[in-house]
Amino acid sequence: MSKAGITLATARGPAAPTVRPSRRRGIELTLIVLAVLLSVYGYCAVGLAQNGSVPPGAAGYGAGLGVLALVAHLAVRWRAPHADPLPLPIGVLLNGLGLVLIYRLDLETPGDPAAPTQLVWSTLGVALFTVVVLVLRDHRVLQCYTYVCVAAALVLLTVPILFPAVNGARIWIRVAGFSIQPGEFAKVLLAVFFAAYLAANRSALTYAGRRVWRLQLPTGRVLGPIVAVWLVSVGVLVLERDLGTSLLFFGLFVVLLYVATGRTGWIAVGLLLASLGAVAVGRLEPHVHHRIETWLHPFASIEAGEGPNQLAQSLFAFAEGGMLGTGLGLGHSVLIGFAVKSDFILATAGEELGLAGLSAIFLLYGLLVERGYRAGLALRDPFGRLLAVGLASLVALQVFVIAGGVTGLIPLTGMAMPFLAQGGSSVVTNWTIVALLVRLSDSARRPGGGGAVR
Amino acid sequence: MTRHIRRAGLFCALLLVALLVNAARVQVLRADAYDDNPADRRDAITRYRQPRGDILVAGRPVTGSRDTGEHLRYERTYTDGPLYAPVTGFASQEYGTTLLEHTEDGLLSGADPVLAPLPLWNEFTRSRNAGGHVVTTIDPAAQRAAYEGLRSRKGAVAAVEPSTGRILALVSVPSYDPGLLSGNGRTARDAWARLNADPDRPMLNRAVQRTYPPGSTFKVVTAAAALNAGVVTDLDEPTDSPGPYRLPGTTTRLTNGSPGCADASVREAFTWSCNTVFAKLGVETGVADMTATAQAFGFNDGDLRVPFRVARSTFDTTVDRAQLALASIGQYNTRATPLQMAMVAAAVANGGQVREPYLVERTVRAGGGTVSTAGSRPVRRVMHPSTAMLMRELMRGVVEKGTGTKAAVRGAVVGGKTGTAQHGLGNSGTPYAWFVSWAQGREDMEAKVAVAVVVEDAAANRREVSGGGTAAPIARAVMEAVLNS
Repeated sequence: MSKAGITLATARGPAAPTVRPSRRRGIELTLIVLAVLLSVYGYCAVGLAQNGSVPPGAAGYGAGLGVLALVAHLAVRWRAPHADPLPLPIGVLLNGLGLVLIYRLDLETPGDPAAPTQLVWSTLGVALFTVVVLVLRDHRVLQCYTYVCVAAALVLLTVPILFPAVNGARIWIRVAGFSIQPGEFAKVLLAVFFAAYLAANRSALTYAGRRVWRLQLPTGRVLGPIVAVWLVSVGVLVLERDLGTSLLFFGLFVVLLYVATGRTGWIAVGLLLASLGAVAVGRLEPHVHHRIETWLHPFASIEAGEGPNQLAQSLFAFAEGGMLGTGLGLGHSVLIGFAVKSDFILATAGEELGLAGLSAIFLLYGLLVERGYRAGLALRDPFGRLLAVGLASLVALQVFVIAGGVTGLIPLTGMAMPFLAQGGSSVVTNWTIVALLVRLSDSARRPGGGGAVR
Repeated sequence: MTRHIRRAGLFCALLLVALLVNAARVQVLRADAYDDNPADRRDAITRYRQPRGDILVAGRPVTGSRDTGEHLRYERTYTDGPLYAPVTGFASQEYGTTLLEHTEDGLLSGADPVLAPLPLWNEFTRSRNAGGHVVTTIDPAAQRAAYEGLRSRKGAVAAVEPSTGRILALVSVPSYDPGLLSGNGRTARDAWARLNADPDRPMLNRAVQRTYPPGSTFKVVTAAAALNAGVVTDLDEPTDSPGPYRLPGTTTRLTNGSPGCADASVREAFTWSCNTVFAKLGVETGVADMTATAQAFGFNDGDLRVPFRVARSTFDTTVDRAQLALASIGQYNTRATPLQMAMVAAAVANGGQVREPYLVERTVRAGGGTVSTAGSRPVRRVMHPSTAMLMRELMRGVVEKGTGTKAAVRGAVVGGKTGTAQHGLGNSGTPYAWFVSWAQGREDMEAKVAVAVVVEDAAANRREVSGGGTAAPIARAVMEAVLNS
């Protein structure tokens, strides 16, 4: 689709002003309607499976989701008319599906409903999306706030250290009944900072240092920033015991550094540092060490007679799903227990929608990431390109880390599945990411804007 | 920069592929291995989500299901738990299943694929059929008569219909209420611990899972073997047996409980249960012929299922002549389940043919359609019909004028044999009182019931323990119950 857009943009000759370029807002609207209908269908399917009747709130739920999506769509139509038509419907569909899954799990845990809160946060998220699309007319404005961003990110990252640990990790702060994960917001701020910093300093960073075998190592002087980021992420890991966030920051930085400088040496250094850090922390930190042991032997606790752990329960859920799943509302993923609505939400999707549904969800994320990369390719200014790649990679890495964790591909790290999982901070952050991607794609595809391909 | 963005994009695509491949591995390739893990509670949840099918006695269910509203929803209930426990066994959420609840579990729980309306239908729709019902051959009157007769004692009763092999009664006392074990909570755990710690072993099904020395009731087998082998041709001819009898190759002397056994005829010896005569008769018949007849009755067969497994009754085939003498009067290594001894009586009553016993008449769907029927059981010839006629005469003599007069039933022809089996170290244990018998109503074409009763620790005074005194009245009650129904 973007190919077509590009062709249009480049094909426009001097005679073009009379031809109105295709903006594809109609496609976006159609897809949004489809996404809302799919979500309402899922909501009804849960009710039918559990009680044999359509849940009473179905119409209200559909209307609420529809109005939110419509508001977002109108904002895009008004202020980002050339934007890529896919990110917004994908966000609506994933968020709607997430609400369905959380509502479905609420039925199993009557004392602890999470869907209403999640709906409030989703509303906030879409509101923020709308605000970003309306207010941020040009993404390059963000470059002016490089150091404000990094300072804010560091503050957000360090605040939870002052609060008590929850379930072994210090990443939450609790205010007035709402628990907030400030680290989530820090992700976007750090992505902006990395993009701006690297866009400004990429020429200095490309200076080559010594050559070892076939690797071109960077010079010692420019090694500073990467070491600093590495230290920060290790600090996050040790002080907050949050392996996932640490991994995410570091991965994001390495990807952006590579894209900015093109030096494979950075990747080598990055991987080396990361593995050093991982090995050291894995040995020293019992919390992390335990996670790795569980990953290697998910059924060890069963053999020890202590019953299945969460990962084993998660694997049982996925296995039960098989190819087509048990059907919405008919699985038993609630056996996972703690965090079934947040970190392990994907297990419910896997059990009740099967490999088919799970693959579809993965492909939706893949599509969202791909749209981000497309925008990055189409943009001309280095900051925009890096920001688009950074935000898309953020989603990709996050999905990989948590989805890989709950399916036993990599050690499990506590992290929210974007849009699907219970967690207000995460939903708001992800809507911000989609808003920025919409803004970036609008810039990329705007006729006479940054849309030419290099 | 474009090239590097593309490469980074390729990296993200690789991550996506890794996730998809791994998801396929977990959800499809390894799915069966994960599903089979016993720690996965899904099977249990599905299993107990619907009421379990029932076990029926004479058209009425003796089981039920209770909705607990818990995670594992339905629990088993029993209407006459202790009475039918040797038939039903238990179905526990915590401790599994036994006896009929175990062998018919697939049908009762609805998991059996034969219940599916179409092949692979359940696999495709992920549905489960309603549990089917098991119709048993048990006669409730006979079952209750046996249970009441044994009450406050320790022992077992097995009754079969000789012409078909249908099991009419299967009782073991002391019994237990299987309903106590149904759940998965504290009650079930406490009951489990208590029942397992009980020295009387109430969960042991004595009628089929335990073997006893059959004592003098085994003389039915010995007499049949002697007649089969032609060692005895005339029941009234003196047998030239000394009293006491010195076991061949030893100095041990075998004595009799009752007088007048020296040189007695087979008929007299059977009527008054002379050990010496039958010990000698067994030796004269020889190991080969004794073994052949015993095995034709069902001894040494470890594969009998009714449909749950019946313990192997034994007749030792590697004996010297002294051991054979003892084995022939139901001592030494000769052991039998009560069901096996009921089969011995049934073979005599059924003209020398033994039918394999069975407990399940048929199985039906929840809607009533028949899934399977017992059909005709394999039949095995134990003795010639003329030999069977002679054996009937011998057994009738016991009830009409011998040791088993207390088993006589008004208006019926009854044949029986008493037994008092020594056991324990140096025969120090309280002897087991045995009685095996069959009964045929005066108007009936064939015998209606064959029964075996064993009473452990029948009385505190061991002199009073006898098959004729304590076991025969119980057998009579069971036979009357069957003949009257």
